[in-house]
Amino acid sequence: MKITSQENFWSGVMFITFGLAAIFIAQDYPFGSSSRMGPGYFPTWLGIILTLLGIAISVTGFKVQGEGIGKFAWKAMAFLSTAFVLFGWAIDRIGFVPAMFIIIFLAAAGRDFRIKEVLVSSIVLVIGCWALFIKGLELPFPLFWWR
Amino acid sequence: MEMSLFDNLALGFQTAVSLQNLAYCFIGVFIGTLVGVLPGIGPLAAIAMLLPATFTLPPVGALIMLAGIYYGTQYGGSTTAILVNLPGESASVVTCMDGYQMAKNGRAGPALAIAAVGSFFAGTVCTMLIAVAGPPLAEIALKFGAPEYFSLMAMGLIASAVLASGSMLKAIAMIFLGLLFGIVGTDVNSGMSRFTFGASGLADGLSFVVVAMGLFGFGEILANLEKGQDAKGRDLLTKKIEHLYPTWQDIKVSAGSIVRGTSIGAFFGTLPGAGPTISAFSSYALEKKMAKNPEQFGKGAIQGVAGPESANNAAAQCAFIPTLTLGIPGSGTMALMLGALTIQGIAPGPQVMTQRPDLFWGLIASMWIGNALLVILNLPLIGLWVKLLSVPYRLLFPAITVFMAIGVYSVNNLDLDIYMTVFFGLMGYLFLKLKCEPAPLILAFVLGPLMEENLRRALLISRGDPTVFITRPISATFLALTVLLLVIMLAPSFRKKRDLAYQEPAAS
Repeated sequence: MKITSQENFWSGVMFITFGLAAIFIAQDYPFGSSSRMGPGYFPTWLGIILTLLGIAISVTGFKVQGEGIGKFAWKAMAFLSTAFVLFGWAIDRIGFVPAMFIIIFLAAAGRDFRIKEVLVSSIVLVIGCWALFIKGLELPFPLFWWR
Repeated sequence: MEMSLFDNLALGFQTAVSLQNLAYCFIGVFIGTLVGVLPGIGPLAAIAMLLPATFTLPPVGALIMLAGIYYGTQYGGSTTAILVNLPGESASVVTCMDGYQMAKNGRAGPALAIAAVGSFFAGTVCTMLIAVAGPPLAEIALKFGAPEYFSLMAMGLIASAVLASGSMLKAIAMIFLGLLFGIVGTDVNSGMSRFTFGASGLADGLSFVVVAMGLFGFGEILANLEKGQDAKGRDLLTKKIEHLYPTWQDIKVSAGSIVRGTSIGAFFGTLPGAGPTISAFSSYALEKKMAKNPEQFGKGAIQGVAGPESANNAAAQCAFIPTLTLGIPGSGTMALMLGALTIQGIAPGPQVMTQRPDLFWGLIASMWIGNALLVILNLPLIGLWVKLLSVPYRLLFPAITVFMAIGVYSVNNLDLDIYMTVFFGLMGYLFLKLKCEPAPLILAFVLGPLMEENLRRALLISRGDPTVFITRPISATFLALTVLLLVIMLAPSFRKKRDLAYQEPAAS
């Protein structure tokens, strides 16, 4: 048995994982009956169907010819995710302005980083977003950690 | 009180042409086009990004602006498709084919103009169609019970899977995954928290903006970074665009294409689950078949621009029909619109038309005005859009990232929302890698709680007897159509045709 379509095989595995997780977690919720559906009824059935579909899809991974999955852009993934997470952490704790600089610098570092360019564009963006979101739309973000 | 079509439209125009609402419409169309021109942000991400900006507006204004953004992005997408061979969003992939070839032959002006005219014609027809078909449909919908709603949603979901590109089995699995994501949060009947993993921020369920922004915004940026988008496809047309107006011959040749494209778009748009992309692809295939000069297709045939552009706009517009009359969104974008309504404190559904006629008819009138504005706005501003495209992606994407982050955060001021966006962003990228189409998932995500609730009610009435779905005639009809869709889809000959429809423009 050889996997001929990586994308089908692995998407099947992904669906099975989600399906089984749903069935497993939904066991904590009362199932009820058809006429009186409990909170566990719908997710359990969804999980069962998803698992079956997942199995069927992985099986096609051995039958059809796929193009392959290709490389993942690990570096961009890491930088962009970190940029987002730190922004979410920072905005309420140390303020809008530092959070903006953090997300812009980290995101830009995901690909051909040019320090001068990023510095200029981040200043422009911070001022623009401040004018638009805080002055214009009056979103209640603290600007810095002291207020 | 029965109101005539004329009274309704008059009320609509009265609402829409107030200075304030005209301004919202203009801002929406302008921003929409701007975002549509930028590669890598589709209509869905654009609306999700700009949704918070409409929170403080009155409901009519907010909806008018969002609708403006919506067809603005559609149109902006075609502008870049023609000028630089870069589809701004998926439905304009088709336009690249002949539009860009026309531009290379020095006929960018006529290509843009015919796209504008076609879109405007389609927009006008569909505005009328909504005005005529809306009220009777809403009337029928008021008679729907739980089984009918359940079957209708099932039909919409299956349609979205059948008409998505790629493997249908995967698309169906994506539906079930979307339904699962949809029921995260507190169960309305038992008050029990489901799949929240103890996080209080998930008690109200996953936010739509989070899922949409993750799958379509964040995931898309990753895909673009991976491709290195700066390098390819950016052969800017530096030639000055001279003759803007199409010749008489152009108009004569494209008139039929525009009408056919509009009909195709109106059909697919009204069907919940289908959308602009499949309409544009089908229209291209049809035009190629109908044309006297099929060998010209792919080398700059004006019908190849006129048909798909009209179809794409007609579908975008007619998608409002199921959304507004049945309260069932036909696409992810429409789901966002409904979300905006809910945020404004209006329960979507057939009753909107009678309870808030100013909102319903105002929106319809503003669609037409928005289309007119697009024609007026786009042609003179083409120079500006082209300039915008010369901004390299490495400068653009940090800005897009920032807007996304602020957009997500401003909905609930919750840092958890940002972390969840990262999760869905990485999921979106994985889906892309595994060639799983995310559009059916997002639709199912919205319909998840509705489907569960209607299933529960239907089975409660029937005392647990599932035959209730096939013994009630309207519900049975929807289910029969669903089965028919699946059967047609499984038929090898149709399957080949569908794959061809999606491949043809890409291949040639």
